[in-house]
Amino acid sequence: MTFRQVRRQGLSALMTGLCAVSVLIALIPLALILGFVASKGAGALTWAFFTETPRPVGETGGGMANAIAGSLIVCGLGAVFAVPIGVGSAVFIVESRFRWAGSVRFAADVLNGVPSIVIGLCAYVVAVVPFRQFSALAGGLALGVMMIPIITRTTEELLRLVPGSLREGALALGATRSRAILTVVLPAALPGIITGVVLALARIAGETAPLLFTALNTSFWSTDVRQPIASLTVQIYNYASSPYDDWHRQAWAGACVLIAIVLVCSVLARIATARLSHLRAAD
Amino acid sequence: MKPRGSDLVFRLGTGASALILVTMVSGIGVVLWTGSRLSIDKSGFGFWRSTSWNPVLGDFGAFPFIWGTLYSSILALCLAGPVALGIAIFLSELCPKRLRSALVFLTELLAAVPSIVYGLWGVFVLVPWVRDIQRSLPDWMRTLPLFSGPPVGVSLLAAALVLTVMVIPFSSAVAREVLRAVPMSQREAAYALGSTRWEATRSALHYGRAGIVGALMLGFGRALGETMAVTMVIGNTPKAAGSVFAPQYSMAAVIANEFVEASDELHASALVEIGLVLFAITLLVNVASRLLIWNMTRQRTGPRRAVRVLAGEAA
Repeated sequence: MTFRQVRRQGLSALMTGLCAVSVLIALIPLALILGFVASKGAGALTWAFFTETPRPVGETGGGMANAIAGSLIVCGLGAVFAVPIGVGSAVFIVESRFRWAGSVRFAADVLNGVPSIVIGLCAYVVAVVPFRQFSALAGGLALGVMMIPIITRTTEELLRLVPGSLREGALALGATRSRAILTVVLPAALPGIITGVVLALARIAGETAPLLFTALNTSFWSTDVRQPIASLTVQIYNYASSPYDDWHRQAWAGACVLIAIVLVCSVLARIATARLSHLRAAD
Repeated sequence: MKPRGSDLVFRLGTGASALILVTMVSGIGVVLWTGSRLSIDKSGFGFWRSTSWNPVLGDFGAFPFIWGTLYSSILALCLAGPVALGIAIFLSELCPKRLRSALVFLTELLAAVPSIVYGLWGVFVLVPWVRDIQRSLPDWMRTLPLFSGPPVGVSLLAAALVLTVMVIPFSSAVAREVLRAVPMSQREAAYALGSTRWEATRSALHYGRAGIVGALMLGFGRALGETMAVTMVIGNTPKAAGSVFAPQYSMAAVIANEFVEASDELHASALVEIGLVLFAITLLVNVASRLLIWNMTRQRTGPRRAVRVLAGEAA
């Protein structure tokens, strides 16, 4: 081999090595974060954490039962608001013959990039100021706005996966377009759409900024959607900024629960979507 | 053929949800604009040049926030860019097939960690490390303006580091998507000419350069708007400084911290104006990067892409 060949092969090997190192660089923080959350949080995960409400300042113990319930309620409200709009928009993008349907998709991408704090700010103006009341509904609205682009984009991709022959078959049997979409195309894509919604929920459950001045927080048990409501994330934030060790401990436990939710959802989605690949094979 | 009744209802329904989606983007702009009228009328453009922020005295100068946001995001982009690109190249071009799906899953996981968890980790783990790093710097370096100041830990550097970790998975996923869209023939042609692996990769990179710039910009847009993790580690001090170890502030952080407590209307309006500008900047960055990426990946669909979109990584 000439010197020139050696140099080129060497450079190739060097760059391959550097790229591999950059993967390691990204995996180190992941391992650190998961490690710290597991080691600090697991110890604080007691039964009381899931069943009790926060104790007053100074008393140790208590839990985040109200925050866990609150997170579920606010995320549920967000989904109720976002699923119809998200799925409807996706159907519009894929099935309508409107020339500018692509711009709807572009709008979804842009909405996806809007900072969450800005969405919280808007939800405050739209849903808190007129009623002079922080509420779970306002929080649900903010989270819903964040969910819409995620649901739209996943549903869109899944609708495109449904073989054209299914659509044509329904139309050939005399179905109207709406009937073909509602009874043939959407059901075919349904498992994937549900997976997409679950993933969007998992992502949205970790949001804090949109809730800071919409759902606010409370240390009491509350399920009234017209009242301020606690959430896991805001509670973690408040506890982390407090000077008390016991609260820090609980913040780590909360983080542990959040990470567990995200992990379980990601793995489930992986399993569910692995089966999607068969969709095309049957085509 | 005229559509029948049920068809029309269905079309109107889906059309309406699409309209709501489009209106939402512009609606956010309108809401922020009306909310910030008071502050815009009062301070005008001086709002962005004044460096004094003291709500109690009625001084509203937003320069420290825009400085902190841009400084931390640009620093994060510089740190995350090469790593994200390296990951994208490794996973799409160089990685052994058996390793790939596991590594992809792990990098995706990094993107799925909620920002509050990053913040928590930042406060209790990263900030003490930053403090130690600063203490261990040799004296001559600590006199440099870039590294000056007392070792407090909460600082612009801590914010930039957290942002780096958060941006890496995001940018690398989109860059990977772009590289995947580069036709195989580009690499094959390079190999046919006797290229090494890296040289073939370079030709693929060259082909996808616009999309890769877009991927990095998309990550930059994320960093600009990131709120919780930054709020928890940046130090929340409204003072623009050149030192990376100085506690500073960001636009998103000041909104998160002060909006609930803003008692008078001018203060609230000033915060909404900061939100408006943050919205405008991220909008510009996002639209530009989407256009760059769109050109590359537009004609692609299929089961594997659907899987990636579901996992939240495809652009």
